[in-house]
Amino acid sequence: MATVQDTQTPAGDTPSEDGVRRRDFLNIAAVSVAGVGAGVTLLPLLNQMNPSADVLALSSIEVDLSAIEPGQAIKTIWRKQPLFVRNLTPAEIQQANAVPLGDLRDPQTLAERTVEGHENWLITLAVCTHLGCVPLGAAQGENRGEFGGYFCPCHGSHYDTAARIRKGPAPTNLEVPEYEFTSDTTVTIG
Amino acid sequence: MSFPWAAQYTPKNSFMKWMDERLPLPRLVYNSVGAGYPVPRNLNYFWNFGVLAGVALVIQIVTGIVLAMHFSADTGVAFASVEHIMRDVNSGWLMRYLHANGASFFFIVVYIHIFRGLYYGSYKPPREMVWLLGLVIFLLMMATAFMGYVLPWGQMSFWAAQVITGLFEAIPLIGNPLKQWLLGGFAPDNATLTRFYSLHYLLPFVIAGVVILHIWSLHLPGSSNPTGIDVKGPQDTIPFHPYYTAKDGWTVGVFLIALSILVFFAPNFLGHPDNYIEANPLSTPAHIVPEWYFWPFYAVLRAFTVDFILPAKLWGVIAMFGSIIILL
Repeated sequence: MATVQDTQTPAGDTPSEDGVRRRDFLNIAAVSVAGVGAGVTLLPLLNQMNPSADVLALSSIEVDLSAIEPGQAIKTIWRKQPLFVRNLTPAEIQQANAVPLGDLRDPQTLAERTVEGHENWLITLAVCTHLGCVPLGAAQGENRGEFGGYFCPCHGSHYDTAARIRKGPAPTNLEVPEYEFTSDTTVTIG
Repeated sequence: MSFPWAAQYTPKNSFMKWMDERLPLPRLVYNSVGAGYPVPRNLNYFWNFGVLAGVALVIQIVTGIVLAMHFSADTGVAFASVEHIMRDVNSGWLMRYLHANGASFFFIVVYIHIFRGLYYGSYKPPREMVWLLGLVIFLLMMATAFMGYVLPWGQMSFWAAQVITGLFEAIPLIGNPLKQWLLGGFAPDNATLTRFYSLHYLLPFVIAGVVILHIWSLHLPGSSNPTGIDVKGPQDTIPFHPYYTAKDGWTVGVFLIALSILVFFAPNFLGHPDNYIEANPLSTPAHIVPEWYFWPFYAVLRAFTVDFILPAKLWGVIAMFGSIIILL
Protein backbone atom coordinates (compact mmCIF):
# COMPACT_ATOMS: atom_id res chain seq x y z
CA MET A 1 0.00 0.00 0.00
CA ALA A 2 1.31 3.41 -0.96
CA THR A 3 2.06 5.91 1.77
CA VAL A 4 1.13 9.56 1.59
CA GLN A 5 4.73 10.61 1.24
CA ASP A 6 5.32 8.25 -1.68
CA THR A 7 6.32 9.78 -4.95
CA GLN A 8 3.89 7.45 -6.70
CA THR A 9 0.59 9.29 -6.90
CA PRO A 10 -2.68 7.50 -7.68
CA ALA A 11 -3.94 7.92 -11.23
CA GLY A 12 -6.66 10.34 -10.14
CA ASP A 13 -4.14 12.67 -8.54
CA THR A 14 -2.02 13.12 -11.67
CA PRO A 15 -2.71 16.55 -13.14
CA SER A 16 -3.44 16.61 -16.86
CA GLU A 17 -1.84 19.22 -19.10
CA ASP A 18 -4.25 21.97 -18.00
CA GLY A 19 -3.60 21.26 -14.30
CA VAL A 20 -7.01 19.65 -13.66
CA ARG A 21 -7.05 16.32 -11.83
CA ARG A 22 -9.71 13.65 -12.18
CA ARG A 23 -10.10 13.89 -8.39
CA ASP A 24 -11.15 17.54 -8.75
CA PHE A 25 -14.12 16.42 -10.83
CA LEU A 26 -15.07 13.79 -8.23
CA ASN A 27 -14.78 16.33 -5.41
CA ILE A 28 -16.93 18.93 -7.13
CA ALA A 29 -19.52 16.33 -8.20
CA ALA A 30 -19.79 14.80 -4.71
CA VAL A 31 -19.98 18.10 -2.86
CA SER A 32 -22.55 19.42 -5.39
CA VAL A 33 -24.81 16.40 -4.92
CA ALA A 34 -24.55 16.75 -1.14
CA GLY A 35 -25.26 20.48 -1.37
CA VAL A 36 -28.34 20.02 -3.56
CA GLY A 37 -29.54 17.23 -1.25
CA ALA A 38 -29.15 19.43 1.82
CA GLY A 39 -30.99 22.25 0.04
CA VAL A 40 -33.89 20.03 -0.96
CA THR A 41 -34.09 18.67 2.60
CA LEU A 42 -34.58 22.23 3.83
CA LEU A 43 -37.85 22.57 1.87
CA PRO A 44 -40.02 20.24 4.01
CA LEU A 45 -38.30 21.55 7.15
CA LEU A 46 -39.45 25.07 6.28
CA ASN A 47 -42.78 24.10 4.68
CA GLN A 48 -43.96 22.35 7.85
CA MET A 49 -44.46 25.78 9.41
CA ASN A 50 -46.96 26.84 6.71
CA PRO A 51 -50.69 26.54 7.54
CA SER A 52 -51.61 22.87 7.88
CA ALA A 53 -54.47 21.15 6.07
CA ASP A 54 -56.89 21.47 8.99
CA VAL A 55 -56.27 25.21 9.16
CA LEU A 56 -56.81 25.63 5.42
CA ALA A 57 -59.98 23.51 5.58
CA LEU A 58 -61.60 26.13 7.81
CA SER A 59 -60.69 29.05 5.58
CA SER A 60 -64.20 29.79 4.25
CA ILE A 61 -67.38 30.48 6.24
CA GLU A 62 -71.05 31.10 5.52
CA VAL A 63 -72.82 34.08 7.09
CA ASP A 64 -76.60 34.46 7.45
CA LEU A 65 -77.52 38.09 6.75
CA SER A 66 -81.29 37.87 7.37
CA ALA A 67 -81.15 39.28 10.92
CA ILE A 68 -79.03 42.36 10.12
CA GLU A 69 -81.23 45.47 9.72
CA PRO A 70 -80.06 48.52 7.72
CA GLY A 71 -77.68 50.55 9.89
CA GLN A 72 -76.62 47.50 11.87
CA ALA A 73 -73.33 45.63 11.72
CA ILE A 74 -72.13 42.32 13.12
CA LYS A 75 -68.71 41.07 14.00
CA THR A 76 -67.88 37.49 13.10
CA ILE A 77 -64.73 35.42 12.78
CA TRP A 78 -63.11 34.47 9.49
CA ARG A 79 -59.73 32.75 9.34
CA LYS A 80 -59.29 33.44 13.05
CA GLN A 81 -59.68 37.17 12.45
CA PRO A 82 -62.60 39.46 13.20
CA LEU A 83 -64.79 40.41 10.27
CA PHE A 84 -67.32 43.28 9.95
CA VAL A 85 -70.55 42.69 8.03
CA ARG A 86 -72.51 45.96 7.75
CA ASN A 87 -75.92 46.64 6.23
CA LEU A 88 -75.50 50.23 4.98
CA THR A 89 -78.42 52.69 5.11
CA PRO A 90 -79.23 54.68 1.93
CA ALA A 91 -77.84 57.77 3.70
CA GLU A 92 -74.52 56.04 4.36
CA ILE A 93 -74.33 54.87 0.75
CA GLN A 94 -75.00 58.40 -0.43
CA GLN A 95 -72.38 59.78 1.97
CA ALA A 96 -69.77 57.33 0.66
CA ASN A 97 -70.56 58.05 -2.98
CA ALA A 98 -70.38 61.82 -2.41
CA VAL A 99 -66.66 61.73 -1.56
CA PRO A 100 -64.40 62.73 -4.49
CA LEU A 101 -61.84 59.96 -5.14
CA GLY A 102 -59.07 62.53 -5.15
CA ASP A 103 -59.59 63.14 -1.44
CA LEU A 104 -58.82 59.51 -0.57
CA ARG A 105 -55.51 58.04 0.54
CA ASP A 106 -56.43 54.69 -1.03
CA PRO A 107 -58.87 55.66 -3.82
CA GLN A 108 -61.73 53.16 -4.26
CA THR A 109 -65.44 53.66 -4.88
CA LEU A 110 -68.07 51.99 -2.74
CA ALA A 111 -69.12 50.02 -5.82
CA GLU A 112 -65.62 48.57 -6.05
CA ARG A 113 -65.83 47.51 -2.43
CA THR A 114 -69.21 45.78 -2.69
CA VAL A 115 -70.89 43.26 -4.99
CA GLU A 116 -73.22 44.39 -7.77
CA GLY A 117 -76.85 44.12 -6.68
CA HIS A 118 -75.85 44.02 -3.02
CA GLU A 119 -74.30 47.47 -2.64
CA ASN A 120 -75.72 47.85 0.86
CA TRP A 121 -73.61 44.95 2.19
CA LEU A 122 -70.18 46.16 3.23
CA ILE A 123 -68.03 43.20 4.26
CA THR A 124 -64.52 43.99 5.49
CA LEU A 125 -61.86 42.57 7.75
CA ALA A 126 -62.06 44.14 11.20
CA VAL A 127 -58.30 44.50 11.23
CA CYS A 128 -56.91 48.02 11.13
CA THR A 129 -54.42 48.28 8.26
CA HIS A 130 -52.09 50.25 10.49
CA LEU A 131 -51.00 47.68 13.07
CA GLY A 132 -53.81 45.20 13.34
CA CYS A 133 -56.14 46.38 16.13
CA VAL A 134 -59.90 45.85 15.87
CA PRO A 135 -61.57 49.20 15.02
CA LEU A 136 -64.69 50.31 16.91
CA GLY A 137 -68.02 51.05 15.25
CA ALA A 138 -69.76 47.74 14.71
CA ALA A 139 -71.74 47.63 17.95
CA GLN A 140 -74.42 50.13 18.88
CA GLY A 141 -73.05 53.20 20.65
CA GLU A 142 -69.40 52.67 19.77
CA ASN A 143 -67.29 55.54 18.49
CA ARG A 144 -67.55 55.52 14.68
CA GLY A 145 -64.96 58.23 14.13
CA GLU A 146 -65.21 61.56 12.34
CA PHE A 147 -66.44 59.99 9.08
CA GLY A 148 -69.20 57.78 10.47
CA GLY A 149 -67.59 54.44 9.67
CA TYR A 150 -65.05 52.83 11.95
CA PHE A 151 -62.54 54.24 14.40
CA CYS A 152 -59.42 52.45 15.56
CA PRO A 153 -58.70 53.24 19.22
CA CYS A 154 -55.07 52.13 19.12
CA HIS A 155 -53.58 54.95 17.04
CA GLY A 156 -56.63 56.93 15.91
CA SER A 157 -57.36 55.85 12.34
CA HIS A 158 -60.74 57.04 11.04
CA TYR A 159 -62.59 55.05 8.37
CA ASP A 160 -65.64 56.33 6.47
CA THR A 161 -68.96 54.63 5.72
CA ALA A 162 -67.29 52.57 2.97
CA ALA A 163 -64.55 51.59 5.50
CA ARG A 164 -61.99 53.65 3.58
CA ILE A 165 -59.13 55.27 5.46
CA ARG A 166 -59.71 59.03 5.81
CA LYS A 167 -57.56 60.20 8.70
CA GLY A 168 -54.86 58.74 10.90
CA PRO A 169 -51.81 56.52 10.32
CA ALA A 170 -53.40 53.53 8.55
CA PRO A 171 -52.07 53.22 4.97
CA THR A 172 -54.98 51.47 3.21
CA ASN A 173 -58.73 50.87 3.42
CA LEU A 174 -60.07 48.00 5.53
CA GLU A 175 -59.52 44.90 3.44
CA VAL A 176 -62.48 43.44 1.56
CA PRO A 177 -62.27 39.63 1.50
CA GLU A 178 -63.28 37.50 -1.44
CA TYR A 179 -66.96 36.54 -1.07
CA GLU A 180 -70.07 35.69 -3.04
CA PHE A 181 -73.79 35.70 -2.35
CA THR A 182 -75.23 32.18 -2.45
CA SER A 183 -78.75 33.58 -1.89
CA ASP A 184 -80.21 36.97 -1.00
CA THR A 185 -79.54 36.39 2.68
CA THR A 186 -76.47 34.14 2.77
CA VAL A 187 -72.94 34.95 1.77
CA THR A 188 -69.94 32.64 1.53
CA ILE A 189 -66.73 34.36 2.58
CA GLY A 190 -63.32 33.07 1.50
CA MET B 1 -4.00 18.63 19.46
CA SER B 2 -3.12 15.04 20.00
CA PHE B 3 0.26 14.39 18.38
CA PRO B 4 3.41 16.50 18.26
CA TRP B 5 3.52 16.14 14.48
CA ALA B 6 -0.01 17.49 13.96
CA ALA B 7 -0.24 20.28 11.41
CA GLN B 8 -0.45 23.73 13.05
CA TYR B 9 -3.26 26.13 12.30
CA THR B 10 -2.15 29.38 10.71
CA PRO B 11 -4.76 32.04 9.87
CA LYS B 12 -4.77 32.67 6.12
CA ASN B 13 -5.62 36.37 6.13
CA SER B 14 -5.86 39.33 8.49
CA PHE B 15 -9.55 38.74 9.23
CA MET B 16 -8.94 35.12 10.23
CA LYS B 17 -5.99 36.29 12.33
CA TRP B 18 -8.24 38.86 14.05
CA MET B 19 -10.83 36.13 14.59
CA ASP B 20 -8.24 33.65 15.88
CA GLU B 21 -7.17 36.05 18.61
CA ARG B 22 -10.75 36.68 19.76
CA LEU B 23 -12.74 33.50 19.12
CA PRO B 24 -10.50 30.69 17.87
CA LEU B 25 -13.39 28.66 16.49
CA PRO B 26 -11.72 28.02 13.11
CA ARG B 27 -8.67 26.75 15.03
CA LEU B 28 -10.89 24.39 17.04
CA VAL B 29 -12.47 23.01 13.88
CA TYR B 30 -9.06 22.68 12.22
CA ASN B 31 -7.66 20.80 15.22
CA SER B 32 -10.70 18.53 15.67
CA VAL B 33 -11.91 17.58 12.21
CA GLY B 34 -9.47 19.41 9.97
CA ALA B 35 -5.95 18.83 8.76
CA GLY B 36 -4.67 19.43 12.33
CA TYR B 37 -6.02 16.15 13.69
CA PRO B 38 -3.87 13.14 12.75
CA VAL B 39 -5.78 9.87 12.55
CA PRO B 40 -4.35 6.34 12.25
CA ARG B 41 -4.16 5.49 8.57
CA ASN B 42 -5.29 1.89 8.97
CA LEU B 43 -8.84 2.41 10.26
CA ASN B 44 -11.48 0.13 8.80
CA TYR B 45 -15.15 0.94 8.27
CA PHE B 46 -15.98 0.17 11.93
CA TRP B 47 -14.40 3.52 12.77
CA ASN B 48 -17.07 5.39 10.78
CA PHE B 49 -19.92 4.69 13.17
CA GLY B 50 -19.09 7.43 15.67
CA VAL B 51 -19.68 10.08 13.02
CA LEU B 52 -22.85 8.24 11.93
CA ALA B 53 -24.14 8.31 15.51
CA GLY B 54 -23.48 12.05 15.56
CA VAL B 55 -25.43 12.47 12.32
CA ALA B 56 -28.28 10.38 13.77
CA LEU B 57 -28.38 12.61 16.88
CA VAL B 58 -28.59 15.73 14.70
CA ILE B 59 -31.44 14.20 12.64
CA GLN B 60 -33.31 13.32 15.84
CA ILE B 61 -32.90 16.81 17.30
CA VAL B 62 -33.91 18.61 14.08
CA THR B 63 -36.97 16.44 13.36
CA GLY B 64 -37.81 16.42 17.08
CA ILE B 65 -37.88 20.21 17.30
CA VAL B 66 -40.21 20.23 14.29
CA LEU B 67 -42.51 17.62 15.84
CA ALA B 68 -42.60 19.55 19.12
CA MET B 69 -44.12 22.49 17.21
CA HIS B 70 -47.17 20.39 16.36
CA PHE B 71 -47.47 17.91 19.22
CA SER B 72 -49.66 18.50 22.29
CA ALA B 73 -48.64 16.76 25.52
CA ASP B 74 -52.06 16.12 27.03
CA THR B 75 -53.66 12.71 27.34
CA GLY B 76 -56.87 14.13 25.85
CA VAL B 77 -55.27 15.27 22.61
CA ALA B 78 -51.78 13.73 22.36
CA PHE B 79 -52.89 10.79 20.20
CA ALA B 80 -54.98 13.07 17.97
CA SER B 81 -52.14 15.56 17.66
CA VAL B 82 -49.87 12.80 16.34
CA GLU B 83 -52.51 11.95 13.73
CA HIS B 84 -52.72 15.69 13.02
CA ILE B 85 -48.98 15.61 12.34
CA MET B 86 -49.43 12.60 10.05
CA ARG B 87 -52.38 13.96 8.05
CA ASP B 88 -52.53 17.75 8.26
CA VAL B 89 -49.09 19.21 8.88
CA ASN B 90 -47.11 19.84 5.70
CA SER B 91 -44.55 17.01 5.45
CA GLY B 92 -45.48 16.05 9.02
CA TRP B 93 -45.54 12.36 8.06
CA LEU B 94 -41.98 12.71 6.82
CA MET B 95 -40.82 14.35 10.04
CA ARG B 96 -42.46 11.71 12.22
CA TYR B 97 -41.27 8.74 10.18
CA LEU B 98 -37.76 10.21 10.09
CA HIS B 99 -37.87 10.64 13.87
CA ALA B 100 -39.23 7.14 14.58
CA ASN B 101 -36.96 5.32 12.13
CA GLY B 102 -34.11 7.69 12.95
CA ALA B 103 -34.27 6.39 16.53
CA SER B 104 -33.86 2.83 15.27
CA PHE B 105 -30.94 3.83 13.06
CA PHE B 106 -29.38 5.70 15.97
CA PHE B 107 -29.41 2.47 17.98
CA ILE B 108 -28.13 0.41 15.02
CA VAL B 109 -25.08 2.62 14.56
CA VAL B 110 -24.50 2.99 18.30
CA TYR B 111 -24.65 -0.80 18.82
CA ILE B 112 -22.09 -1.26 16.04
CA HIS B 113 -20.01 1.56 17.57
CA ILE B 114 -20.10 -0.19 20.98
CA PHE B 115 -19.25 -3.52 19.36
CA ARG B 116 -16.25 -1.89 17.68
CA GLY B 117 -15.09 -0.58 21.06
CA LEU B 118 -15.39 -4.02 22.67
CA TYR B 119 -13.94 -6.03 19.79
CA TYR B 120 -10.91 -3.81 19.12
CA GLY B 121 -10.32 -2.87 22.78
CA SER B 122 -10.97 0.83 22.29
CA TYR B 123 -12.03 0.99 25.96
CA LYS B 124 -8.51 0.18 27.18
CA PRO B 125 -6.07 2.77 28.57
CA PRO B 126 -5.64 5.56 27.74
CA ARG B 127 -9.25 5.72 26.48
CA GLU B 128 -11.21 4.56 29.56
CA MET B 129 -12.94 7.91 29.93
CA VAL B 130 -14.10 7.77 26.30
CA TRP B 131 -15.72 4.42 27.03
CA LEU B 132 -17.33 5.55 30.31
CA LEU B 133 -18.78 8.68 28.72
CA GLY B 134 -20.02 6.48 25.89
CA LEU B 135 -21.93 4.34 28.38
CA VAL B 136 -23.45 7.48 29.90
CA ILE B 137 -24.61 8.46 26.40
CA PHE B 138 -26.05 4.96 25.89
CA LEU B 139 -28.04 5.12 29.14
CA LEU B 140 -29.33 8.60 28.30
CA MET B 141 -30.31 7.34 24.84
CA MET B 142 -32.31 4.48 26.28
CA ALA B 143 -34.15 6.80 28.67
CA THR B 144 -34.83 9.29 25.88
CA ALA B 145 -36.03 6.62 23.45
CA PHE B 146 -38.35 5.10 26.04
CA MET B 147 -39.90 8.43 27.00
CA GLY B 148 -40.28 9.41 23.35
CA TYR B 149 -42.10 6.14 22.68
CA VAL B 150 -44.67 7.06 25.35
CA LEU B 151 -45.53 10.45 23.81
CA PRO B 152 -47.92 9.32 20.98
CA TRP B 153 -50.10 7.88 23.76
CA GLY B 154 -51.06 4.79 21.79
CA GLN B 155 -51.59 1.36 23.31
CA MET B 156 -47.92 0.39 23.10
CA SER B 157 -46.92 3.78 24.52
CA PHE B 158 -49.17 3.45 27.52
CA TRP B 159 -48.21 -0.12 28.31
CA ALA B 160 -44.53 0.62 27.82
CA ALA B 161 -44.87 3.33 30.47
CA GLN B 162 -46.74 0.93 32.74
CA VAL B 163 -44.25 -1.93 32.33
CA ILE B 164 -41.01 0.05 32.46
CA THR B 165 -41.99 2.02 35.55
CA GLY B 166 -43.17 -1.33 36.98
CA LEU B 167 -39.51 -2.43 36.89
CA PHE B 168 -38.74 -0.01 39.68
CA GLU B 169 -41.47 -1.54 41.80
CA ALA B 170 -39.29 -4.66 42.16
CA ILE B 171 -36.82 -2.72 44.32
CA PRO B 172 -37.48 -3.69 47.96
CA LEU B 173 -39.02 -1.09 50.33
CA ILE B 174 -38.78 2.00 48.14
CA GLY B 175 -40.09 0.32 44.97
CA ASN B 176 -43.70 1.35 45.16
CA PRO B 177 -43.16 4.99 46.26
CA LEU B 178 -40.46 5.27 43.59
CA LYS B 179 -42.83 4.06 40.87
CA GLN B 180 -45.51 6.52 42.00
CA TRP B 181 -42.94 9.30 42.04
CA LEU B 182 -41.85 8.48 38.48
CA LEU B 183 -45.42 8.34 37.20
CA GLY B 184 -46.84 11.18 39.27
CA GLY B 185 -49.75 8.90 40.15
CA PHE B 186 -50.79 5.30 40.56
CA ALA B 187 -50.75 4.57 36.85
CA PRO B 188 -49.54 6.39 33.71
CA ASP B 189 -51.65 9.49 33.16
CA ASN B 190 -51.38 13.15 32.23
CA ALA B 191 -48.66 13.88 34.79
CA THR B 192 -46.59 11.05 33.30
CA LEU B 193 -47.07 12.27 29.74
CA THR B 194 -46.14 15.90 30.45
CA ARG B 195 -42.99 15.04 32.45
CA PHE B 196 -41.86 12.52 29.83
CA TYR B 197 -42.35 15.17 27.16
CA SER B 198 -40.31 17.71 29.10
CA LEU B 199 -37.47 15.23 29.71
CA HIS B 200 -37.64 13.85 26.17
CA TYR B 201 -36.94 17.37 24.94
CA LEU B 202 -34.20 18.00 27.51
CA LEU B 203 -32.16 14.79 27.40
CA PRO B 204 -31.03 14.96 23.74
CA PHE B 205 -29.24 18.21 24.57
CA VAL B 206 -27.66 16.56 27.59
CA ILE B 207 -26.58 13.77 25.20
CA ALA B 208 -25.12 16.38 22.85
CA GLY B 209 -23.16 17.81 25.80
CA VAL B 210 -21.79 14.42 26.82
CA VAL B 211 -20.95 13.74 23.16
CA ILE B 212 -18.71 16.83 23.23
CA LEU B 213 -16.93 15.46 26.33
CA HIS B 214 -16.71 12.02 24.65
CA ILE B 215 -14.99 13.52 21.59
CA TRP B 216 -12.80 15.77 23.72
CA SER B 217 -11.47 12.85 25.73
CA LEU B 218 -11.00 10.86 22.51
CA HIS B 219 -8.98 13.59 20.82
CA LEU B 220 -6.33 13.68 23.56
CA PRO B 221 -4.96 10.17 22.89
CA GLY B 222 -6.42 10.08 19.37
CA SER B 223 -8.29 7.21 17.76
CA SER B 224 -7.41 3.59 18.40
CA ASN B 225 -6.85 1.37 15.38
CA PRO B 226 -7.52 -2.24 14.34
CA THR B 227 -4.01 -3.49 15.19
CA GLY B 228 -4.35 -2.53 18.85
CA ILE B 229 -0.86 -0.96 18.75
CA ASP B 230 -0.86 2.80 19.16
CA VAL B 231 0.58 4.98 16.42
CA LYS B 232 4.25 5.82 16.80
CA GLY B 233 4.89 8.65 14.39
CA PRO B 234 3.76 10.66 11.41
CA GLN B 235 4.22 7.65 9.10
CA ASP B 236 1.29 5.97 10.91
CA THR B 237 -1.25 8.76 10.56
CA ILE B 238 -3.01 10.84 7.94
CA PRO B 239 -4.84 14.13 8.55
CA PHE B 240 -8.58 13.91 9.32
CA HIS B 241 -9.31 16.28 6.47
CA PRO B 242 -9.50 15.45 3.61
CA TYR B 243 -9.00 11.73 4.18
CA TYR B 244 -11.53 10.90 6.88
CA THR B 245 -13.97 13.68 5.99
CA ALA B 246 -14.22 12.04 2.57
CA LYS B 247 -14.55 8.54 4.02
CA ASP B 248 -17.15 9.70 6.57
CA GLY B 249 -18.99 11.59 3.85
CA TRP B 250 -19.31 8.40 1.89
CA THR B 251 -20.69 6.38 4.82
CA VAL B 252 -23.05 9.21 5.78
CA GLY B 253 -24.41 8.93 2.23
CA VAL B 254 -24.92 5.18 2.62
CA PHE B 255 -26.55 5.74 6.02
CA LEU B 256 -28.97 8.34 4.62
CA ILE B 257 -29.88 6.07 1.69
CA ALA B 258 -30.64 3.19 4.08
CA LEU B 259 -32.70 5.48 6.32
CA SER B 260 -34.57 6.86 3.29
CA ILE B 261 -35.41 3.36 2.05
CA LEU B 262 -37.06 2.58 5.36
CA VAL B 263 -38.76 5.99 5.74
CA PHE B 264 -40.17 6.09 2.23
CA PHE B 265 -40.92 2.42 1.51
CA ALA B 266 -41.48 0.69 4.87
CA PRO B 267 -41.95 3.42 7.48
CA ASN B 268 -43.86 1.19 9.91
CA PHE B 269 -41.70 -1.90 9.41
CA LEU B 270 -40.00 -1.49 12.80
CA GLY B 271 -43.08 -0.16 14.54
CA HIS B 272 -46.05 -1.92 16.06
CA PRO B 273 -49.60 -1.50 14.65
CA ASP B 274 -51.12 -1.48 18.13
CA ASN B 275 -49.60 1.93 18.71
CA TYR B 276 -52.14 3.31 16.22
CA ILE B 277 -54.82 2.44 18.79
CA GLU B 278 -55.29 5.11 21.43
CA ALA B 279 -54.13 4.26 24.96
CA ASN B 280 -56.69 2.24 26.89
CA PRO B 281 -55.87 1.67 30.58
CA LEU B 282 -58.43 -1.14 30.74
CA SER B 283 -56.95 -3.42 28.07
CA THR B 284 -53.38 -4.58 27.51
CA PRO B 285 -52.49 -5.50 23.90
CA ALA B 286 -52.26 -9.27 23.42
CA HIS B 287 -48.75 -9.12 22.02
CA ILE B 288 -46.64 -6.65 23.95
CA VAL B 289 -42.99 -6.17 23.02
CA PRO B 290 -40.61 -3.25 23.21
CA GLU B 291 -38.99 -1.70 20.15
CA TRP B 292 -36.34 -3.99 18.66
CA TYR B 293 -33.44 -2.13 20.24
CA PHE B 294 -34.63 -3.12 23.70
CA TRP B 295 -35.23 -6.81 22.89
CA PRO B 296 -32.05 -8.08 24.56
CA PHE B 297 -32.96 -6.35 27.83
CA TYR B 298 -36.54 -7.55 27.54
CA ALA B 299 -35.30 -11.13 27.10
CA VAL B 300 -33.10 -10.88 30.20
CA LEU B 301 -36.01 -9.46 32.14
CA ARG B 302 -38.27 -12.38 31.24
CA ALA B 303 -35.64 -15.04 31.81
CA PHE B 304 -36.11 -15.31 35.57
CA THR B 305 -39.21 -17.28 36.49
CA VAL B 306 -38.37 -18.89 39.86
CA ASP B 307 -38.12 -17.17 43.23
CA PHE B 308 -34.61 -17.95 44.53
CA ILE B 309 -33.87 -16.12 47.81
CA LEU B 310 -35.14 -12.96 46.09
CA PRO B 311 -38.37 -12.76 44.07
CA ALA B 312 -38.08 -13.69 40.37
CA LYS B 313 -39.24 -10.20 39.39
CA LEU B 314 -36.34 -8.61 41.27
CA TRP B 315 -33.83 -11.06 39.74
CA GLY B 316 -35.00 -10.06 36.28
CA VAL B 317 -34.56 -6.37 37.03
CA ILE B 318 -31.15 -6.93 38.64
CA ALA B 319 -29.98 -8.99 35.69
CA MET B 320 -31.24 -6.45 33.18
CA PHE B 321 -29.50 -3.51 34.81
CA GLY B 322 -26.51 -5.78 35.46
CA SER B 323 -26.22 -6.45 31.72
CA ILE B 324 -25.56 -2.74 31.22
CA ILE B 325 -23.47 -2.21 34.36
CA ILE B 326 -21.14 -5.08 33.38
CA LEU B 327 -20.01 -2.93 30.44
CA LEU B 328 -18.40 -0.62 32.96
